[in-house]
Amino acid sequence: MRTRTTTRIGQYAALLAYLVFLAFPFLWLLSTAFKTPRELGSLHPTWIPRHPTLDNFRQAFDEQPLLHAALNSLLAAAGAAIVAVVIATPLAYVMARRRTALTRAAIGWVIVSQAFPLVLVIIPLFLVLKNLRLINSLAGLTLVYVVWALPFALWMLAGYVRAVPTEVEEAAAVDGAGRARTLVSVVAPLLAPGIVATGLFAFVTAWNEFFFALVLLKTPGKQTLPVVLTHFIGAEGVADLGPLAAAAFLATLPSLVVFAIVQRRITGGMLTGAVKN
Amino acid sequence: MRGRLIGLLVLTLLLAGCTSGGSARDGRITLRFQSLAWQEESVQANKELVREWNAGHPNVKVEYVQGSWDSVHDQLLTSFEGGEAPDIIHDASDDLADFAYGGYLADLSDLLPARLTSDIPQRSWDTATFGDGIYGVPFLQEPRVLIANATWLKRAGVRIPTARRPWSWHAFRKITEQLSGNGKYGVAWPLKEPVSATLNLSLSTGGELFHRGADGKVTVRFEAADQVVPRTIHDQADTDRSASPTTLGSGGSDTLPGFFGGKYAMVPLGFSYRQQIAQQAPKGFDWQVLPAPAGADGPTQGVSPQTLSIAQDSEHKKEAAAFIDFLLRPRNMVRLALGDWMLPTGTQALKDPALHTAKNGWATGTALAAHLRSAPAQSVRGYPEWKDKVATPAFQEYYSGAIGLDELRHRLEKDGNLVLARYQR
Repeated sequence: MRTRTTTRIGQYAALLAYLVFLAFPFLWLLSTAFKTPRELGSLHPTWIPRHPTLDNFRQAFDEQPLLHAALNSLLAAAGAAIVAVVIATPLAYVMARRRTALTRAAIGWVIVSQAFPLVLVIIPLFLVLKNLRLINSLAGLTLVYVVWALPFALWMLAGYVRAVPTEVEEAAAVDGAGRARTLVSVVAPLLAPGIVATGLFAFVTAWNEFFFALVLLKTPGKQTLPVVLTHFIGAEGVADLGPLAAAAFLATLPSLVVFAIVQRRITGGMLTGAVKN
Repeated sequence: MRGRLIGLLVLTLLLAGCTSGGSARDGRITLRFQSLAWQEESVQANKELVREWNAGHPNVKVEYVQGSWDSVHDQLLTSFEGGEAPDIIHDASDDLADFAYGGYLADLSDLLPARLTSDIPQRSWDTATFGDGIYGVPFLQEPRVLIANATWLKRAGVRIPTARRPWSWHAFRKITEQLSGNGKYGVAWPLKEPVSATLNLSLSTGGELFHRGADGKVTVRFEAADQVVPRTIHDQADTDRSASPTTLGSGGSDTLPGFFGGKYAMVPLGFSYRQQIAQQAPKGFDWQVLPAPAGADGPTQGVSPQTLSIAQDSEHKKEAAAFIDFLLRPRNMVRLALGDWMLPTGTQALKDPALHTAKNGWATGTALAAHLRSAPAQSVRGYPEWKDKVATPAFQEYYSGAIGLDELRHRLEKDGNLVLARYQR
């Protein structure tokens, strides 16, 4: 009994340490966003600002077009997430259900494609997009994000498809449902948590992405949030720390909100599947 | 409903993708000016000047484009390659060599008015001259100064140096030793980027490091004059314990909490750091700006001024040059300088009373302007690789005490010249 209690305490302690590790940067960002310049220069920083101020937020909004940049990020990220999921879902189904040489080659390609470093891809990609007249356009950036997210999205969704028992599809077939009907009415609802998780992954990846956006977008009106955040950094890496923290804090909020909304659905879906099995 | 929503999103994306800025609409010219201003006052000054220009020039509209120091080189490189570069480009002279030699920037020699060319001294033009051409207008610069805890220095009874009578490097070492003890240090060197700081300050002792031969080829020679500054820093950190060992790998901002907290008496920083210090210093904290120590060549220092260039691809170079001329009129140059807490290069602007006030150390910096020269390495091809692969690790190891002066010289010269030779075949 004592051993069990000790184990449980150890587990909670490890969980707490992990939570602190995850939360520390965010909480520090939050704290910094509300501090005055004088507090930011203090030798003994505190967690809770002594003289909380909203000046950093005011300055961040005054100096940079944060809302417009956030809208650009939202368009690119949401667009990439939707398109990636729409393309990946049927492909993942085929990859999971059909065991042919082609699907095996496709899986191999998915794995290999993950190994390419960004710098190797960027120049050919830039030239291809230039020929397609997609440089300096959010559509071009969205396309890049879709391609970038697709291999992992496929991989992830194929795992979810495999978890759906084939007996469910066979039962639908026995009841007279055709292939399309089975996919839409039986498989797709069971895949919903997987689709949401994959979409979320694609959204967050695109929302946070910096390098492609920096290289591919030229006009300030099209820049995304991560690019605009760098405008708070000066020569030799000197940063306008307060406004930067305020803007970065706001930039993390959409991801948190999306997670908060859909997380119940993801876990709910998983649990439902578990009970059925 | 859901289908409509997705359709709307895709349509919005496509529309966003199709919109693009043109350079000439209805016979009016539109110039894109990419500014790297980032501090609140500086952004404001730049935007105000653009507004004033646009109000007075309805046919030549300037569009303010916000760039970032953090990513400017990569961003410009892809812009040039993609034919999307802004017409007027704000950058620094030490970043121009690749773009100038690569043919991406316009030679400004025949584009700029005599008023502007004569206003900026030749030593500043040298910083933006590559080969036979001028590829940028140097307009703001900053010396490295000592930001000092005035109360601490007064209490210690040390002689306060002035621009006319700066400390020698030897005296500086002695004074920092005198100020140190009980866990406190006379100086905190923020040497995250040790190469440019060391090389620029070494001009004061006559150190040139890069020597151009009769064949035009550059070689590295780490001679006695080049060794004074690095040896002083090394001895302060490793022998006297008068320089904090923990800040040797830090950036300038990282040293400020310790400076405000009374751990360090002085911090050598760029002149523009005063803005951060004025903002962050605790109430009642008395700080002052002192000139950096001087050597055989007086308080001479190397600088890489901020520059304004014109893209070679710009279809409106004359108009772009006219905008630069407007931006750098003496009064406007002063506004930009005050916004960035830096010194203007223009001789007329430097006379402005606002730059001669004792408040926030402006007068000390302005008195140093005549001693600022082109940074020693900026026109040397292969310098970035030499700096990253050879000099930075070598200086870092020397300052931390891991290697001695002989090993430092060996690496800078032998390894360094191998790197430079590849660029000069």
